[in-house]
Amino acid sequence: MTTKEAIAVAPAPAPTVPEPPRPAKKSRRAWDEAPRWQIYLPLGIYLVFTLIPFYWILLFSLRPAGSTSLVPWPMTFDHFEKVWTERSFGIYFQNSVLVGVATLFMTTLVALAGGYALARFDFKVKQVFMLALLCSQFVPGALLLVPLFEIFAELQMINSLGSVIIAETVFQLPLSIILISNFIKNVPYSLEEAAWVDGCGRMKAFRIVVLPLLRPGLIAVGSFAFVHSWNHFLFALMFLNNQEKQTIPVGLNTLMGADSVDLGALAAGGIVAAVPVVIVFAFIQKWLITGFSAGAVKG
Amino acid sequence: MAQAAAVAKPPAPPRRRRASATPRRLPYLLIAPAVLLMLGFIAYPVISVFYYSLQNYNPTKPWRNGFAGFDNFVHAFTDDPLFWDTLVFSAKWVVVEVGLQLLFGLALALIVNQTFAGRGLGRAMVFSPWAVSGVLTSAIWVLLYNSQTGITRYLADMGIGSYGTSWLSDTGTVFWAAVVADLWRGVPFFAILILADLQSVSKDLYEAAEVDGASRIKQFWHITLPHLKDAIILSTLLRAVWEFNNVDLLYTLTGGGPAGVTTTLPLYIANTSVDAHNFGYASALTTVAFVILLFCSIVYLRLSKFGGENK
Repeated sequence: MTTKEAIAVAPAPAPTVPEPPRPAKKSRRAWDEAPRWQIYLPLGIYLVFTLIPFYWILLFSLRPAGSTSLVPWPMTFDHFEKVWTERSFGIYFQNSVLVGVATLFMTTLVALAGGYALARFDFKVKQVFMLALLCSQFVPGALLLVPLFEIFAELQMINSLGSVIIAETVFQLPLSIILISNFIKNVPYSLEEAAWVDGCGRMKAFRIVVLPLLRPGLIAVGSFAFVHSWNHFLFALMFLNNQEKQTIPVGLNTLMGADSVDLGALAAGGIVAAVPVVIVFAFIQKWLITGFSAGAVKG
Repeated sequence: MAQAAAVAKPPAPPRRRRASATPRRLPYLLIAPAVLLMLGFIAYPVISVFYYSLQNYNPTKPWRNGFAGFDNFVHAFTDDPLFWDTLVFSAKWVVVEVGLQLLFGLALALIVNQTFAGRGLGRAMVFSPWAVSGVLTSAIWVLLYNSQTGITRYLADMGIGSYGTSWLSDTGTVFWAAVVADLWRGVPFFAILILADLQSVSKDLYEAAEVDGASRIKQFWHITLPHLKDAIILSTLLRAVWEFNNVDLLYTLTGGGPAGVTTTLPLYIANTSVDAHNFGYASALTTVAFVILLFCSIVYLRLSKFGGENK
């Protein structure tokens, strides 16, 4: 039940949904009997809708400026070179990686502590804390830009990546805590208790027994945090005025806002923005399958 | 840091009973970092928004600053057609987006839940736009809608449609152009959630239904849909709030234009505070948006019964 809610609160961040192991020798199943064309036709149509935009941006990033060819041939990497150096995407990329990685670690650590408390203890303010976590999901960061700006100005953090890292972390936290606490609930408490009996302290028992079992959950939460902060745009736009400090989404927005949009550069910038996310997903896919299969068995 | 807090407590010696192994202050130490961050950067800003909503506050016109009572709210409800326009557009945007995303997402989930050759790859491809950011979505669809180089130009070359202007700069087409761009990114969200939930439907139910001669459509209505009900209610509500709040896509794709026809309430608030520097009024509008969302969150909590069942 809790796992189902966790999945409902936060979607699996990857294009992989696990199959629970099916009984091998079940007879015919009604839902598996749909005629092939009823699967491939709608799926094919939807795939066209999904893939054409991807193809379009790839095409524009690779074909020479002014070309109207529908295949990226002759191929050129001029747009990438231009975007990386002239349009400062090299710097933006570094900043985005820094923000993403820092957000990942801060979110995971703080959420691990909070999630453990929620999963393992009954304490007085627990219900209030849970309510606060849920309510904060309805607080849009976009509407708090002005007070947040004032806070960071007070802290002298405007134009520092720290402001963006803190803001991204804070708005990631509620969901991450709920998710991690659900993952921890799935680890039987008796395992930890057994470790205590064997002489481990609570901390050591957690590190040796619980943490390894949490790996899929931590990877899911961490990749959420990374991808969200990598993609998010408004905080960086508001808190970082200095071009040297900007992140990739802001750079993309600048390219779109230029008087005469350089479409090749825009497309190349888009590819640069997409690549890390794609790599993260390729990397974490197998962990996510493990993570959510465990959930599926329980739910 | 949190782990350090846990270490600071004397490690519990091996005990038999769970209660005595639980230091009383440990849970508070563990939630402290999260609580402090959320108090400082969510609760405090929210309270200051409430405070400013009762003030005239505009850094560029300091001589008018001061207590305003409910003037900002009165102005919004009686004297600001833009407020009503953007509120109505927000409602329309949320209903259309969430409705269509749910419909296509459900259909897509049912399709890729079937067994067929190439399923893994098919799933990966149809779900992929989910990871794409709002700004990147805008960049992609700006390329697609561009009247010189976009897809319409090639369609026009083939005799379909006309060359004309970009769909994004025509007040008649911009709504659906933006809807399609956001659908591209939003449908996978529902598809992933629903597919995850579909995994827990008992196959026996379908077999029993088949033995009783129920058609596939009947099986869908009486087995699949009731099973998915909770997940659908939850994800729909969450998505509605998210679509209401999210400004990335419309801000970068249309900028709220042309002629303001795609300005949502949060976009209007952002413009009021960032461009016009009218923080007091923007705060009042934010408060109104909060109240609307609070209503949603109460419904959400009721439906999800969250925190009702603890271990």
